[in-house]
Amino acid sequence: MSALLRVENLRTYFHTRSGIVRAVDDISFSVGEGETLGIVGESGSGKSVACYSLLRLIPQPPGRIESGEARFGDCDLLHCREEKLRAIRGNRISMIFQDPMSSLNPYLRIGEQVIEPLLIHKLASPNDAFDLGVAALREVGIQDAAKRMRSFPHEFSGGMRQRVMIAMALITKPELLLADEPTTALDVTVQAQILELIRRLQQEHGTAVIFVTHDIGVVSGFCDRVLVMYAGRVLESGPTAELFYEPKHPYNQALQRSIPALHERGAELHTIPGAPPDVTQPIRGCPFAPRCEFAEEKCITSEIALKEVTTGHATACLRVQLGEIDLTPAAVAGE
Amino acid sequence: MLRFIAIRLAQAIPVLFVVATLTFFMLKLAPGGPFSAEKSTTPEIQKQLEAHYGLNKPLFSQYLTYLGNVVKGDLGPSFKYPNRTVNELIGQAFPVSAELGFWSLLVALSLGLSAGIVASLRPNTLTDYIPSGLAMVGICLPIFVLGPLLVLVFALKLEWVRVSGWDDWIDRILPALTLGGFYAAYIARLTRGGMLEILSQDFIRTARAKGASPARVVLRHSLRGGLIPVVSYLGPTVAGLLTGSFVVETIFQIPGLGRYFVTAAFNRDYTMVVGTVLFYAGFIIVFNLLVDLVLVRMNPKLSYE
Amino acid sequence: MNPTDESRRSSLWRDAWHRLAKNKLAVVGAIMLVLLTVASVVGPSLLGQSYFAQDLQLGAMPPSAQHWLGSDTLGRDLFARLLYGGRISLAVGLCATAVALTIGVLYGTVSGFLGGKVDAVMMRIVDVIFALPFTVFVILLMVLFGRRFVLLFAAIGAVQWLTMARIVRGQVLSLRRMEFIEAAEALGLSKARIIFRHMIPNALGPIIVYATLTVPSVMLLEAFLSFLGLGVQPPMSSWGVLIKEGAETMEEFPWLLIYPGLALAITLFSLNFLGDGLRDALDPQAAKD
Repeated sequence: MSALLRVENLRTYFHTRSGIVRAVDDISFSVGEGETLGIVGESGSGKSVACYSLLRLIPQPPGRIESGEARFGDCDLLHCREEKLRAIRGNRISMIFQDPMSSLNPYLRIGEQVIEPLLIHKLASPNDAFDLGVAALREVGIQDAAKRMRSFPHEFSGGMRQRVMIAMALITKPELLLADEPTTALDVTVQAQILELIRRLQQEHGTAVIFVTHDIGVVSGFCDRVLVMYAGRVLESGPTAELFYEPKHPYNQALQRSIPALHERGAELHTIPGAPPDVTQPIRGCPFAPRCEFAEEKCITSEIALKEVTTGHATACLRVQLGEIDLTPAAVAGE
Repeated sequence: MLRFIAIRLAQAIPVLFVVATLTFFMLKLAPGGPFSAEKSTTPEIQKQLEAHYGLNKPLFSQYLTYLGNVVKGDLGPSFKYPNRTVNELIGQAFPVSAELGFWSLLVALSLGLSAGIVASLRPNTLTDYIPSGLAMVGICLPIFVLGPLLVLVFALKLEWVRVSGWDDWIDRILPALTLGGFYAAYIARLTRGGMLEILSQDFIRTARAKGASPARVVLRHSLRGGLIPVVSYLGPTVAGLLTGSFVVETIFQIPGLGRYFVTAAFNRDYTMVVGTVLFYAGFIIVFNLLVDLVLVRMNPKLSYE
Repeated sequence: MNPTDESRRSSLWRDAWHRLAKNKLAVVGAIMLVLLTVASVVGPSLLGQSYFAQDLQLGAMPPSAQHWLGSDTLGRDLFARLLYGGRISLAVGLCATAVALTIGVLYGTVSGFLGGKVDAVMMRIVDVIFALPFTVFVILLMVLFGRRFVLLFAAIGAVQWLTMARIVRGQVLSLRRMEFIEAAEALGLSKARIIFRHMIPNALGPIIVYATLTVPSVMLLEAFLSFLGLGVQPPMSSWGVLIKEGAETMEEFPWLLIYPGLALAITLFSLNFLGDGLRDALDPQAAKD
């Protein structure tokens, strides 16, 4: 699989009154054509900021992309000229957002918003665009699409609005879709429908997806590969199945233990003690060390880097890298 | 929509009735009368005059007669300008005021909107501080200070325009700047606030994510929402332009309705006063209705209820 | 927020105070206002210049060591007249705002508290009055019943209460839905007690802010009336009167227009900056407009 997008050493800081927030602190990853990459993390882990940084949609100031490169075709998304980036946004790379309630313009008709990418990027004449818009709405399962083109956002439910957002994002047949927690604000039943819709459309169009979520359960059924973020860094990355069955970082392991599982009714629910670190302070060593049951002196004093331990599976845990601990469920159970 | 308009106009009738009644009795309660000021008139002539205008009848019957005429659209004869009716006087003076109001509104909107939009694009930078600062100056310089100052500089010192008069287009400039200046400042502040509010919304990020240019983000995605506070303020603006015109018409010697009104009030010209107040009230009601119609069109969440 | 908790409440006020103290423009505005008030209250007696003593031989003279801001056509000292006029202008501003405040707070509280049909009718009345050319009525009132000082601020106050009533009503409506008010109702507190002990104190922030912003518009209205010849009577002076007199003779004696205009503009500036600062400090949600 050739890389569609390759991100190297991305750093995004926010220069606020109370100090520099290191929201994204040196992360690298890549996405292949048609691949689905999940980025998982708690709120504040920097996963959404990473996503917005790719299209330079973070508010600047206070946000600033401090370093890095995001190679997309022949273009570095982080440093290319504004016009060049604009030609990519909404055309070759589209985005859907967490809150469909506030992400659609309440003053404009649905139809106008859905076909806008086609008109901005001159991919269709206004007349053709209307028909394409109707087709796109139909494709995401909106009844009476031609009539609904004339509706306003407030006349739609949350799930329907997210469908509109998806139709709008995919109408230009982008190569990459950035999905920032697209199901978080929705009811559980609607969540499943939306996930299913994204997956179906992705397969039909061959679109690559970066799927940002805090819900590790969503990732499992949906993504090819997963990135686990914490305090602005990537702690572990690898193929989805491996990440679940052979965790290579104590944070990932703790995250999975904190999911309530149906088959373990009555079992104690694990929580991770402590709180994520203050990212306005520079962090030495492993950011998870203060909460980690395996942490040792060297975890705090040494420089930590993401390293591949098996093919395609990388961890930032020093002790796993050194082979001192084994976190696979079989090994844990055998202890 | 027609129903909405009909209801609003029906609601206006009691309002106008209250206005007419209030003004009528206020005038009658006040000391002095239209003919007592002129010392040259003998008591006999005064009696004759009062009889001629029906002022010797009981108060309530005067009131009923007046109301009856108003319903027919007749605002009565003027007491001070013999042989002229109030309808004639308003018909003659209002177009002048309306023209002044139009130019002033144009000044207020064009200066206010552009300054406000520019200020909102880069908040807390120089391109915000300069227009915002100017707006603050405008708000703190009342019409009656700004007007004489403009006259002093541009008419008396530089002699670019005439001190007063209302003959050709050059006479429109200073009055329109004076009257429009304050509202331009206020509109600039409202526009900046409204635009900042909208520009911080999530859907602006969506628009940018679609590849919209900065111009498109502002014109297509922000203006409509950002200008709603400005449009809501147009009702009070027009009411304010009306009363502001009293001062401006005085300063620049413009033969508009404002000057007639103030003179009429001083002269106890009852019918002229009540007639003008009624006319103003009706005008403002109609204008507010228009503003509300525009607001409904601008904001899809509103409906004609 | 637990508004019944006194210490929490006082810390809210302290926070607001800190925010205000950080706002340089607001602080400058507040200092200017204190200076102006002190100057116009004690200034006239310290100055040793009478605001009405005429010196027809002197006539209008530009600023000099004797007359700091010059003298008017009747040879009266402009600085003394300005200070004295400031006293009147500030007094009208404060008194009329007090009138507007009282009517507006009572009306708004009652309307918001009773709610339902009463509220709908009361607010409809406000809407209707709002739509009227109310300044016209003030002018009429002043023309017809003479230029009496009391009447002046009663009339102005009567115009300015409308917005106050709307703001207070909005506050009361949102407070009503809060739990501590429901709790007070459940405890059987009388309505008057709930209104005066719980509602008004909690709506105080926006009320203070709006009152501060009402003072300049009231002063403007007074000056406006004076300019039309409907304000205070000679030999009393207010800034509006001085501006009117200055405008009549500005070609020969421009300082007679410029200084009073400046005094009014600076006061309005100060009040507006202080008002904006207070709004940012006390009522962060409303700070946007």
